[in-house]
Amino acid sequence: MLKIENVSKQYRLGLVGTGSLVHDLNRFWHQLRGKEDPYLKVGAVNDRSKKSDEAYVWALQEINFEVMEGEVLGIIGKNGAGKSTLLKLLSRVTGPTTGTIKSRGRIASLLEVGTGFHPELTGRENIFLNGAILGMTKAEIASKIDEIIAFSGCERYIDTPVKRYSSGMTVRLAFAVAAHLEPDILVIDEVLAVGDAEFQKKAIGKMQEISHGQGRTVLFVSHNMASVKKLCTRGLVLENGRIAFTGDIEDCVEHYLKKEDRFSESEGEIQWLPEEAPGTEEFRLRKVQTVSTEGIVQASFLDNQPVTIQVAAEVLQPLRNMRLNFKLFNHKEIVVFTTSSHLSEAVDKAPGVYHYEITIPPLLLNQGTYKINLQAGIPGQRQILLSTKVLSFRVEKITDSGTTYSTVLPGVVAPKIDWKITQQ
Amino acid sequence: MKETQDPWLFEISSKRKLVELNFKEIWRYRDLMLLFVKRDLVTVYKQTILGPLWFFIQPLFTSVIFTLVFNNIASIKTDPIPAFLFNLSGITAWNYFKVCLSSTSNTFRSNAGIFGKVYFPRFIVPLSNVVSNLFKLGIQLVILVGFYVYYVFYDHATIAPDKHLLLFPVYVFLMAIYGLGLGMIISTMTTKYRDLSLLLTFAIQLLMYVSAVPYPMSQLKAKVPQYAWLVDYNPLAQIMEGFRYSLFTTSNLHFSWNGLAWVATLGIALFFVGLLLFNRTEKTFIDTV
Repeated sequence: MLKIENVSKQYRLGLVGTGSLVHDLNRFWHQLRGKEDPYLKVGAVNDRSKKSDEAYVWALQEINFEVMEGEVLGIIGKNGAGKSTLLKLLSRVTGPTTGTIKSRGRIASLLEVGTGFHPELTGRENIFLNGAILGMTKAEIASKIDEIIAFSGCERYIDTPVKRYSSGMTVRLAFAVAAHLEPDILVIDEVLAVGDAEFQKKAIGKMQEISHGQGRTVLFVSHNMASVKKLCTRGLVLENGRIAFTGDIEDCVEHYLKKEDRFSESEGEIQWLPEEAPGTEEFRLRKVQTVSTEGIVQASFLDNQPVTIQVAAEVLQPLRNMRLNFKLFNHKEIVVFTTSSHLSEAVDKAPGVYHYEITIPPLLLNQGTYKINLQAGIPGQRQILLSTKVLSFRVEKITDSGTTYSTVLPGVVAPKIDWKITQQ
Repeated sequence: MKETQDPWLFEISSKRKLVELNFKEIWRYRDLMLLFVKRDLVTVYKQTILGPLWFFIQPLFTSVIFTLVFNNIASIKTDPIPAFLFNLSGITAWNYFKVCLSSTSNTFRSNAGIFGKVYFPRFIVPLSNVVSNLFKLGIQLVILVGFYVYYVFYDHATIAPDKHLLLFPVYVFLMAIYGLGLGMIISTMTTKYRDLSLLLTFAIQLLMYVSAVPYPMSQLKAKVPQYAWLVDYNPLAQIMEGFRYSLFTTSNLHFSWNGLAWVATLGIALFFVGLLLFNRTEKTFIDTV
């Protein structure tokens, strides 16, 4: 139905000016001699947060996928992962830098509600205009106009200029038009995040009807995992402009949520290159890991197992009176406990690599995700390692003597408490 | 699988063909064009008291000033056509061309909002501009005809249209073609680097003076014969002169079938070159606009 082959999209960063003119002329010169665009070879990976000197960035890179008829595909990813760029390509707003998109059906896109609404025109006139912009013919719109007006719930204002509408009403009217589109493939970008609760419910209902009831092919982008799960059958996770995962929607959401928490990527271990390691010229972290009693590096522990945390750090200059402080946070960012190294070690250190190890006793932590926070300093003088969260691990509940906890027990910790019960 | 044998309905590719015109698609969006036309006509004078009367006021006042400056002060002869009528016809025609050209050349920039969100053949927009301006031209022609009748019956001007009046729609069409063609070429050149659009406003202004709008070609040739080439090789001057000839058919105006033929050929060529460039640009302009 829809086939995306090797699609990439390159963007130029920065301002359009003489610099870009030089590039354009160079590109034109290569084109004249029948050579390849010289700037296609360069370009950084699309990562919003990292600074780069490259003038070009690949918003999308080597995207390949197929959508079958009647399938509802959810596209998820962080801000700037390339979701909207992909939708723009699919809806033909802009062309790909390389690759092809082939389609066997008419595509209508809903990247925004109310595209082309003119404030001076009445609601009814705007329905026609907006509908036509989205690809409907006048006859199609005329046959559905009553339905559209009823769906929008703006009967009373339909012959009033749209500029007198409240913003919510404008959106309702716009969505009503879009919901009555009948393309073969519908491309939707987070338009559900509008309107009041009642209307959102209505909108989701309509979307479900379009996708499930009418067997329409839908591509849906959203940050709202609940609505993605509800609407979509298959999913696609974008990450830095590439497809990171594709498959069943449940797996996709799980993959995405896991990725979002960057600590869990490390699976119980995190190591740094000297130039990237947290720390200062005096003190630098090397490696942090969580290990089981058997010495296996892992990120997930049962609640009856002790959790051992090993920290390797390098002292680069002789330090006097230093201490390493350890804090454990739970998923609600509450400090579970704090402990410091100065109680058990010589506080003056010669340069060299030091290994720290602490063990959290079993049957203490509650079920959930914990984050390890490290900080080092010389009390009253200076910090030599700013407070930083380095690694996380999970504690799972074990089914214990026939008792299963279906939910997490309330509380920061869940220590094993002995009850003594006697009858008088 | 039956499906896999079906041809793809469309293909979006990074490779560009030289000629890629999809008239079928443009036809499918004809309703959109008409709605754009309606929008343009209805919204311009909403919340004004005089409403469509504003369509009249601008050419009338300009004609009065032109008559004062060019005919009374600079004493350009327009006989046997009354000077005011001569100017009114020229301004009406030139305005149509001017609006077609400037709105077409601004297509990408002024519609970037819509173009960035939804696809439809971009050519629909300049086309709807040309058509909605045709309506405005029609309204302005009403007063032109009114003054024509006045001058013939009350002022006994010795002018009358003959069979050449049939050429009138041809000249209107040529103005639209030139406006669209040039406009589309300019629009593709101004999406990324906007320098040219700054030049355009005053270039149109200057172009008017060398395009036989405030004078007949014969006057220029009589007064400054060394600059005759300015109007001889200027298709716009040929169109303006021809437009007036179709209305008045007087001997002070120059008309030849040969002239019409080359002007029309050039116009159609410009239009297709413009359309090709426009189609190439519409695919990715949104990244650079």
